[in-house]
Amino acid sequence: MLTYTLRRIPMAIPSLLFISLVIFLLLELSPGDPLGSVPLTVPPEVKEKMREALGLGQAWYIRYFLWLKQFFWIEPMHWFDATFGTAIVEGQQRIISFQSRVPVFDVIAQRIPQTLTVVGFSYLVGVLIAIPIGIISAYKQYSWFDQLGTFLSMVGFSMPTFFTGVVLIIIFAVNLQWFPSVYDTTLRVTDWASFWKQVRQMVMPVTVLALYNAAQISRFMRASMLDNLRQDYVRTARAKGLSEKTVVLKHVLRNSLIPVVTVIALGLPAVFGGAIITEQVFRVNGLGQLLISAIQANDIPMVLTLTFIFAILIVVFTLIADLLYGILDPRIRYD
Amino acid sequence: MKLKTTLMTGAAAIMALATAAHAERGTDGQVNILYSQAISTMNGYMSGGTKDIEAGSLVLEPLAGFDEKGNIIPRLVTEIPSKENGGISEDLTSITWKIKPDLKWSDGTPFTSEDVKFTAEYCMHPEGGCAQLARYEGVKSVEAVDPLTVKVTFEGPQANPFTAFVGATSPILQKAQFEKCLGTAASTCTEQNTKPIGTGPFRVTDFKVNDVVMLEANPNYRDPAKPAFATAMVKGGGDIEGATRAVMETGEFDYAWNTQVNPELQEQMKAAGKGVFEVAFGTLVERIELNQTDPSSDLPADERSTVKHPHPFLSDANVRKALSISLDRQALSDIGYGEAGRPTCDLVPAPEQYAAKNDSCLKQDIEGAKKLLDEAGWVPGADGIREKDGKKLKVLFQTSVNPVRQEFQSIIKQWWSEIGVETELKQVDGSVFFGADAGSPDTLQKFYADAQMYANNFDGTDPQPYLAQWTCDKAPSPANQWQGENYNRYCDPAYDAAVKEMLSTTDEAKRGELAKKLNNMITVDSNVTLPLIDRGRFSARSNTLGGVVMNVWDSELWNVSDWVRVK
Amino acid sequence: MTDPVTPSNAAARAAEPARDTAELIRETASNAVSPAASTLPPDDPVSASPGTPATRSQWRDVWAQFRSHRGAMIALVLFVLILLFVLVGPWVWQVDATFVDIRARNKGPSWAHPLGTDQLGRDTLARLMAGGKTSIAVGLTAMIIAVTLGSLIGILAGFYRRLDAPLSRLIELFLALPLLPLLLLMVTLFREPLAKNLGAGLGTFLLIVVAIGATSWMQAARIVRGDVLGLKEREFILAARSIGTPNRRMVLRHILPNVLSPIMVAATLGIASAIITESALSFLGLGFPPDFPTWGRLLFDAIPQMQTYPMRVILPGALISLTVLTVNYIGDGLRDAMDPRIRGR
Repeated sequence: MLTYTLRRIPMAIPSLLFISLVIFLLLELSPGDPLGSVPLTVPPEVKEKMREALGLGQAWYIRYFLWLKQFFWIEPMHWFDATFGTAIVEGQQRIISFQSRVPVFDVIAQRIPQTLTVVGFSYLVGVLIAIPIGIISAYKQYSWFDQLGTFLSMVGFSMPTFFTGVVLIIIFAVNLQWFPSVYDTTLRVTDWASFWKQVRQMVMPVTVLALYNAAQISRFMRASMLDNLRQDYVRTARAKGLSEKTVVLKHVLRNSLIPVVTVIALGLPAVFGGAIITEQVFRVNGLGQLLISAIQANDIPMVLTLTFIFAILIVVFTLIADLLYGILDPRIRYD
Repeated sequence: MKLKTTLMTGAAAIMALATAAHAERGTDGQVNILYSQAISTMNGYMSGGTKDIEAGSLVLEPLAGFDEKGNIIPRLVTEIPSKENGGISEDLTSITWKIKPDLKWSDGTPFTSEDVKFTAEYCMHPEGGCAQLARYEGVKSVEAVDPLTVKVTFEGPQANPFTAFVGATSPILQKAQFEKCLGTAASTCTEQNTKPIGTGPFRVTDFKVNDVVMLEANPNYRDPAKPAFATAMVKGGGDIEGATRAVMETGEFDYAWNTQVNPELQEQMKAAGKGVFEVAFGTLVERIELNQTDPSSDLPADERSTVKHPHPFLSDANVRKALSISLDRQALSDIGYGEAGRPTCDLVPAPEQYAAKNDSCLKQDIEGAKKLLDEAGWVPGADGIREKDGKKLKVLFQTSVNPVRQEFQSIIKQWWSEIGVETELKQVDGSVFFGADAGSPDTLQKFYADAQMYANNFDGTDPQPYLAQWTCDKAPSPANQWQGENYNRYCDPAYDAAVKEMLSTTDEAKRGELAKKLNNMITVDSNVTLPLIDRGRFSARSNTLGGVVMNVWDSELWNVSDWVRVK
Repeated sequence: MTDPVTPSNAAARAAEPARDTAELIRETASNAVSPAASTLPPDDPVSASPGTPATRSQWRDVWAQFRSHRGAMIALVLFVLILLFVLVGPWVWQVDATFVDIRARNKGPSWAHPLGTDQLGRDTLARLMAGGKTSIAVGLTAMIIAVTLGSLIGILAGFYRRLDAPLSRLIELFLALPLLPLLLLMVTLFREPLAKNLGAGLGTFLLIVVAIGATSWMQAARIVRGDVLGLKEREFILAARSIGTPNRRMVLRHILPNVLSPIMVAATLGIASAIITESALSFLGLGFPPDFPTWGRLLFDAIPQMQTYPMRVILPGALISLTVLTVNYIGDGLRDAMDPRIRGR
């Protein structure tokens, strides 16, 4: 297992570099202009000057290598300088956003707290709801619980979050006035009152996202449990006189987790990517909103950096999932 | 309608005056402002986006601004220069500003003419990429005559000398703070761009990029009784409906910018009774432009949509007129904009002295359009589509993604089908459509379609540079990397001559006449551009917020120092 | 563990949910020794070749089993009704879905407009029919593309060790690509040539289903790969390999049937997300032209007015959910019917 991990890591580096190049070229080739949102009242000659000031006059490969250098050398060293008071990369240009001219990593650091609290927490809630529902639905297939679960998760999944979000706002923010419709990112939890405020502003976005995630994960959990409940080893285990709880929760569940682990491992990097629509609807302004607004503004440094971090997380979680397969099913070998 | 608006603004102004008399700085708590587009920077010179300029106007101020009627008002100067008071030279080549004495920046240091001079240097630096460079066009030099006097000299006579340092688009930056941010260094000045030191009523305490700006009252603001609010928050992001709802239905925010929701929703939101809509009309006109060149994809790439190939049927004035009179602009306005719009036939609907006030296009005349086409020889074919010499009236009609524009497209398609014109609709993502990417086929400039719809306006109160966009040499083409503003490739030597005449005319009345003439040539006379709706600024205000006066000529937040909490 | 093609009845409770566990164990035990029914695929896969009479009766058997699945049958009937509504409906209710009548805006139900009109006076019933046709076509086609691509790549990556690393990197690449610029690029490159050669409607349709399909197969691929990795180490695969089963047949007869359940789930969820994604694409200007109604778009456009006109969100929303639900139940029934461990009952 360890050798496998060690073997995968050096393999990941060239593939990540390749991914970064593909993303960069994609952003270069896709239509759009970093100055697209500048009003039409600004004359074209001025726009041309602005474009040059953004460094867009240089050839693409120069800009790509500059970004690589900034990402892998200047940014880590900048952090090093800030921590230890050294001056290795002082005065060297960090990755700067086209839109705001603020270093990209500073903006990301501003966004991580709200994304992790809202999106991360909702994912956790979603998984915690989905797994028991999936298990019970499969164990009591076609019972009223299963039928209701199927109905709710299918309706829940086919209702987009831009719809459920607005419904919740109309009911709970406009009519009942229980929760705020706008998320306050400046709120600091210092005492019970501010904690309560934080809880209130998290309820609606977390509900919307948790329902959506739970709907999906519970379906995979149920399907996989059903497959395994039908296997002969279940019968054997029961025949051996093992308790029903042991059979279901130890043997069947463990063998059913592989697809669920896959889905969750795919979902966790997405937590970092934020929830684009939900963040917009409730104005959580986390990483999802950052990414979409950067894409719409053709803010290439921002989009490239965010998607590249995203790619690193995908690679890491794929590896974790592969290692978990080996733990869940010891027959799986990669060597 | 108009009367109502005037009355409303009048009432608001009186209220503001009444409360201002006994208000005190920082007694009214926090004002919450919501922008559906989040704020990226407080330095408008860096981005050019309206939202950034308006948020910046809470902190940074120009020497003079515009009031709600478009008049120039002093902000940091004692009076507005004129020929009478000697501020503007007789030959119109220079303007001299007198700064108010004892003005202080928010950090307590004195405001001097050096700061003004520096601001011009900052924006006019060739490598700075300043978005407001057009405000400084024609400026030869800026001199600090003495600490309280600034003289701006132009390269030639300037009919409108109120460009540099006038209006929210060209505010004054502090020299001490921005000194190291000239040229290429401009974009690395994060601290300066997000927390500029200004003379305005507020100063930034916390700035979260594209999310929220927290501000507090400027302790050194020139009026010791203002602003009434101790702190301000400008939150950004999300959708327009949600922003409107947060003011009009949940009451979480005091003011929401650009709440252009559909008319039925406007009514529903007003019924909730928590707020009102503020509206004022300026120069923003939603229009359809008709391509005068052939956009056919059969042509070679470097000849497509260029003057080399005239349009097969839109070069016929009768077809253009028929397309125009088959539209019911009033209905469009009612369906799409409600209170926020009114039908128009002009590209320059304001200010007063430049507005031609045409109304000949306002009445829909489907029968007249049919007759016109019949007479011009365009007769219905077997499929009901009119044709002449084997050319069919098939129109590709493009616009950007926007719910109202998509509704307009559907309605207009219906009307045009009634006169025998077939329409194919196309929608393009806004960032692509308005982005000038020469590699994309879907931009406003390339105009690979027969008709396109969008809105545009002009900055400030002078329409001259705007009307100059329709001259022959401004037509986008491969030769200029598609960087022209004459999107419909209109070309008339008489028009070019009139533009030239206006450029050299300084007499106000004569300029007005010329502007009207130019406006008519491209709209009601030739119908190459079909103005549809005069769109107002439309924002939501909570009933608990007083002192708001909607202004289309400057930042919407122009008088935020007069805003008060209404109990 | 045992060969999954051996008949076993552990999930016989499918039909009788209330049965208690002890009884179940008893029954499974008794059934386990019963001989394989003649209609089942033989234990020896080599002798089972397509085209023999056994195959035909196998499908008949699948149908027979499917019919006994009450939920699936109800769903099938409903799905056929939806299809009739969107395909035959426009022949019965001959109102043009794009006809704008600004004098009849926002009308309630009447004889002229049984479900009322929208904000531009277009007939809601006709729009639901026309929208459904597009949405179902987009949902099904995009889902089939995504699931086929995903299953294929997942099986190849899981089964052939040599292909695992390159294909896994491919999956990672696609997961990492920012969707919006990718779609914008596709539209820029292909919209005009496609519209020119196939017509605006079909060209856009093709572009949209390929765009959705090509950007949503990765989850299915990862899930299938994970399952296959475990499956190929099971005894029955080793047994089949030891008697010289060629790889192709191994995949088709042994691997594929055993990863069908997650594929079915991915497929059902895929339809729902394709229908919704299509509306998001229109919102970005990448979808169908504005005069082309789809359910997703009807839902999206109606959201700002949902307090005043709730029916406008309920109708398309309910139709999308109903379609997804019926497909889900049909998928469930189909999977049960094709599972040899149940079918032999």
